[in-house]
Amino acid sequence: MAELNSKTPKGPLSSKWTQYKDHQNLVNPSNKRKLDIIIVGTGLAGSAAAASLGEMGFNVKIFCYQDSPRRAHSIAAQGGINAAKNYPNDGDSIYRLFYDTIKGGDYRAREANVYRLAEVSNNIIDQCVAQGVPFAREYGGSLENRSFGGAQVSRTFFARGQTGQQLLLGSYGALSRQIKLGTVKLYDRHEMMDVVIVDGKARGIIARDLITGKLERHFGHAVVVATGGYGNVFYLSTNAMGSNTSAIWQIFKKGAYFANPCFTQIHPTCIPVHGDYQSKLTLMSESLRNDGRIWVPKKKADAEAHRNGKLKANDIPEDDRDYFLERRYPAFGNLVPRDVASRAAKERCDAGFGVGPTGLAVFLDFRESIGRLGKHVIEERYGNLFQMYEKIVDENPYVNPMMIYPAVHYTMGGTWVDYELQTTVTGLFAAGEANFSDHGANRLGASALMQGLADGYFVLPYTIQNYLAGEIRVARMSTDKAEFADAEKAVQTRLDKLMSIKGTRSVDHFHKELGKIMWENVGMGRTEAGLKKAIDLIRKLRAEFWKDVKIPGTLYEVNTELEKANRVADFLELGELLAFDALNRNESCGGHFREEYQTDEGECKRNDEDYKYVAAWEYKGEGDFILHKEPLVYEEIEVKQRVYK
Amino acid sequence: MNSSFLRFSSITKKIWMAFLGLFLMIFLVVHLGINLCLLRSDGGAWFTAAAHFMGTNYIVKVFEIGLFAGFIIHIMLGIILQVQNWMARPVRYMVSNKTYTPFLSKYMIYTGGIVLIFLIIHFINFYFIKMGWVSNVHTSAEGEPNFYVIAQELFAQPVYSILYILFFIVLGFHLNQAFQAAWQTLGVNHPQYNTCIQRFGTFYAIIVPLGFIIVPVYFLLIR
Amino acid sequence: MKLTLKIWRQKDAKSAGKFVTYALDNISPNCSFLEMLDILNEQLIEKNDDPVVFDHDCREGICGMCSLYINGRPHGPDDAVTACQLHMRKFHDGDTIVIEPWRARPFPVIRDLMVDRSAFDKIIQEGGYVSVNTGGAAEANNILVGKENSELAMDAAACIGCGACVAACKNGSAMLFVSAKVSQFALLPQGQVEAKQRVKKMVRMMDELGFGNCTNTYACEAECPKLISRSNIARMNREFLCAKVS
Repeated sequence: MAELNSKTPKGPLSSKWTQYKDHQNLVNPSNKRKLDIIIVGTGLAGSAAAASLGEMGFNVKIFCYQDSPRRAHSIAAQGGINAAKNYPNDGDSIYRLFYDTIKGGDYRAREANVYRLAEVSNNIIDQCVAQGVPFAREYGGSLENRSFGGAQVSRTFFARGQTGQQLLLGSYGALSRQIKLGTVKLYDRHEMMDVVIVDGKARGIIARDLITGKLERHFGHAVVVATGGYGNVFYLSTNAMGSNTSAIWQIFKKGAYFANPCFTQIHPTCIPVHGDYQSKLTLMSESLRNDGRIWVPKKKADAEAHRNGKLKANDIPEDDRDYFLERRYPAFGNLVPRDVASRAAKERCDAGFGVGPTGLAVFLDFRESIGRLGKHVIEERYGNLFQMYEKIVDENPYVNPMMIYPAVHYTMGGTWVDYELQTTVTGLFAAGEANFSDHGANRLGASALMQGLADGYFVLPYTIQNYLAGEIRVARMSTDKAEFADAEKAVQTRLDKLMSIKGTRSVDHFHKELGKIMWENVGMGRTEAGLKKAIDLIRKLRAEFWKDVKIPGTLYEVNTELEKANRVADFLELGELLAFDALNRNESCGGHFREEYQTDEGECKRNDEDYKYVAAWEYKGEGDFILHKEPLVYEEIEVKQRVYK
Repeated sequence: MNSSFLRFSSITKKIWMAFLGLFLMIFLVVHLGINLCLLRSDGGAWFTAAAHFMGTNYIVKVFEIGLFAGFIIHIMLGIILQVQNWMARPVRYMVSNKTYTPFLSKYMIYTGGIVLIFLIIHFINFYFIKMGWVSNVHTSAEGEPNFYVIAQELFAQPVYSILYILFFIVLGFHLNQAFQAAWQTLGVNHPQYNTCIQRFGTFYAIIVPLGFIIVPVYFLLIR
Repeated sequence: MKLTLKIWRQKDAKSAGKFVTYALDNISPNCSFLEMLDILNEQLIEKNDDPVVFDHDCREGICGMCSLYINGRPHGPDDAVTACQLHMRKFHDGDTIVIEPWRARPFPVIRDLMVDRSAFDKIIQEGGYVSVNTGGAAEANNILVGKENSELAMDAAACIGCGACVAACKNGSAMLFVSAKVSQFALLPQGQVEAKQRVKKMVRMMDELGFGNCTNTYACEAECPKLISRSNIARMNREFLCAKVS
C-alpha cells in the first residue's frame, strides 16, 4: 500500500481551501450526466451530498436501511450546530472556532481539515436558513445563539432541542426535491453489503433489499460511504438500534484504512441504565449544562442513603453538595468538554458518591436556575427534554433534580480519509461521522452537525469532482462483470453461512455480551491488562458467535434477526480493532483515557512525543491489523496542555 | 356532475361542503322565522302570508334554486367524501379507535343521513304539495295549499311530533360539530377567535333546533 | 407484570394475516413498550418461532419509525409519546394488549406490524421544501423572522412523519402531516415564493395516494406524539383556498 498522503494543499492555512478550489479539476455539465455516484446513508452528510451532487447534474443513487431518508440518526441530535458568525459580538471568529475544535480534540485532528470546517461553518447556517430551517430567533427576528461545552463564546445555533431533526429535514427536503427531479434515485430499506472494486477503484456496491432479501448489484463511478458511527459496538449507546459499522467495516476489509478507532466519546448527560432488558440509552442534550448544575453529595453516607431510597435529593442541604465540576474546573465549570465531564462523573461514582438505585448516577440540578430565571424560561429552553425525562424516568425534573450518567455517544474514529475525503481506496469516499477527520480525540458539542453538513454540502461535492474529472471517459459498467459477480457471491456465502449455523443463542445475546466486554474494558477508563483481556474475550465470543448464533426464518424475506446478525458479526471484529488501537496508544487524550497515563489530579496525560499521529489501520486478515501513521503537523497552532481550569 | 366532483381535490370538496353548510344554516334561520309564525293565535294569517310570499316572490324563487342546489351538492359531497373515506381503510382495526374526539364528531355522515330522511318526509309533506305533485285536501280560496292547516294536522299526531323533535335534536348535534368544522375547513382558526366560534356554534345548535321544537310542543301540549 | 398480547401476524404483503395470542410474564413496569416486545421476541426465537417484525430505530421518540396501534390508539395509551417512549407502567398487571399495524390504503403492511410509509416521502417530494440549491445562499441574518412566526413554524416542523395521524383518523387522512409541512413554510418568508404551487401539488399527491378526507374529528391532533396542532390544517386550507382563487 502506498504511503499515507493526506493531500493537504500547500500554502497558508487560511487560504488552503480557496487555493484547492481554485485549482481543482471540475467536470463539465454534459459529462456530469454521464457519471454515476453511489451514496450510502441518508443522514446529514449523505443526504446533503446527494442533494448537492444531484443539483449539479450527476446521477446519484442513495441507499438507506430505514423506510425513509428522514429517519437517519442525525435526526436525534438535540443541542445545536456551531458556526463562527459572531452574531452575539462576543469575539468569535473562524480562527477561534478552529482553535477550540483542535484544542477540544486534544490536538489529534488534522489542522487543515479543521480550519476548512470552521471556514464553511458560516455557509452552512446561510444554507439552512435559506432552506427554511426554523432556527431559534431573537425578538428582533435575528438568529439566536447559545453557549456549549468547550467554548467561551456563544456560537451554537439551535432549533429548540431538535436541531438535528430540523437540519436533517432540511437536507431531506433538498434530497426529496432531487428525487422528484430524477437526478437522485432512492433505495430505501436497502443495506449495503459490500463495495465492488474494479481495477483498484471503487465501482459499485452490493446491496440487500431488506424486504425481499435479494442481493442487488449497483454500479457507480464513485462510492460515498456516509453511514455514521460505530457506537453500537458497546450495545448500549445513544445510537439508533440500526446504527452499525458494517459499511465502513466492509470497506476496511477491501483496503480502506480505519483511523483512530479508540477515540470514542462518552456523553456525560444521559439517563442512567435501569435494567438488563434495556435496549438503548437516552441522551439529554448537553445544552442542559448551560443552566443545570452537576453535583453529588459531599458525604458518602448521604449518597448511600439516596441509593437505598432513604434520602431525597432535595433534602440534602446546600453545604453538603459537591458541585464537582465547578470545584475542579472553575473557569469552565459545568461547561467543560464532554470527555472531562464524563470522567469526573465516573470518578465520583467510583469513589462511592454516586446516587440513584445503581449508584451510577449524578445529579443535574435546575433548582438554582429555576429560582433565578423562573420555571417558564427553563420550560421554554428545555421543555421537550424535561418532558422526555419525565416520560422515561417517571419523575418531575422541575421538582427533583435529574439523574444522569455518561453513555457512549459518538465515535470520532472512522474510515481514514485525505483532505478530499477520499479513503485509501481510489474512488471511495467517506463523509460525516463515518470518517475520522475533524474531531481528533474528542468532539465538542454541536460540532457533529457542523461536520456532517460541511462534508455533505460544501466539501465532498467539490472534492469528488477532482476525482471524477479523471473518470469522464469511463463508460457505465455492466454489473455482469466478474468483479460484481464475485462480490455478490462472497456476500451470499457469508449470509448462507450465517443462516446455516442454527445455533442456540440469539443475536442480541452476543451483542449484549460484546457490549459488556467493551464497556468494562474499553470504556471510560482503559488499562493495558483490561484491553488485553478484552481482545481475548472478543475473540472467544466471535468464535462462539459463528458456531452458536441462532437466526430464525430464511434469507428471502424480511428477516430482522439476519440483519442484526450481519451487523453484530462486524461489531465483533471491530471491537477487537478498537481494543488494539487503545492498547497501541500509550497515552491519554480526549475520549481515550488510559488509566496508566494520568496526572496526579486524574487528568489526561498526553504523549505528543510518541503519539501525535493518526493511527490508520490496514486489514490483513481476521484479527490481523497493520498500523500506518499519519504524523500530525501543527503549523498554525501551538500544541499545549489542554486546560479548562 | 358526479365525475367532475370526484376530480376536485379533497380540500376543494371540503371547502364547498363547509361553504354550503354555512349557507344552509342561514336558510335555517329564515325557515325558523316562518315556523315561529305558527305560534301566533291569528288563525295562521302571518304564517300564510309568509308562505305566500315565499311561494310567489321571484327573488325568493331564485334563492330557492340556489338552496336546492346547495342541499343536493352538500349531500352528494358528503356521500362522495364518505365513500372515499371508507375506501382509505380497506382493512379495519380489530380494536375500535379509542382516541378522544369531540362528541359525535365521528358520526357526521350518520347525523347528516338522519337529517336527510327527515328532509325527504318534510318534502313529501310540504314541498310536493306546493308543487302539486301530491294530492292535497286543504286548499285555500285562491287554490293555494293551506300549509297552516296541514302543519296543524301533522303536529296533532303525537308520533309525527315526537319524530320531528328527535330529528331536530339530531340536527342540533350535526350543527354543533358542523359550525366550527366549517370555519376550520375555510381556514379560520385563530386562538383569539376559536372559543368564540365554538360557543356561537353551540349556541346556534341549541337555539335554532329549540325554536323548531317549540312549535310541535306548543301544538301538542298547549293547544 | 403478567400480560397477554394479541399481535397481528402476517408473513408478507400478499399473505393473509391473523391475530396470534402470546403470554408474557415478569415484565418490569420500567421497561419500554418496545423492550417488552424485544423480550417477547427473545422468547419466540428460543422456541424457534419467527420474531414479531416491527419498525423501530432511534428509540428516543424522534425518528418516527415506530408505528404500533396499541389497544385502539396509535402509540398506545399515553399522550404525546411514540411507542418507543411508552413505558409498561402505563399498563396494569394482567392486561390484555392488542397490537395492530397502522391501517390505511396508502400504508400497506409489509410484514406483521411493519408498514410501508413511502407515501409520505412522495408527498414531501412534491414540494415539502424550499427550492434552493447548495451554495450562494444569502447571509442568514438578512432574512428576519419574527419570534412568534418562527416558534409557530418550529411547532409545525416538529412533525416526525410517523403516521399516527393517519392511523388515528377514522378516514385515514394525512391532512395533519401534510399541513404541518405546508404550515412550516407558509409561516416563513423563505417559503413564500413557492407557496401556491407547494400546497396545490402536495394536496394533489395526498389525494392521488388514496388518503381519506378530513372530517374535523381531530383524532390526529389528539394522537400526535409531537402535539402538532389542527390549526395547521386550517392554515393549509386557507393556503389552498388562496392558491386556488388567486
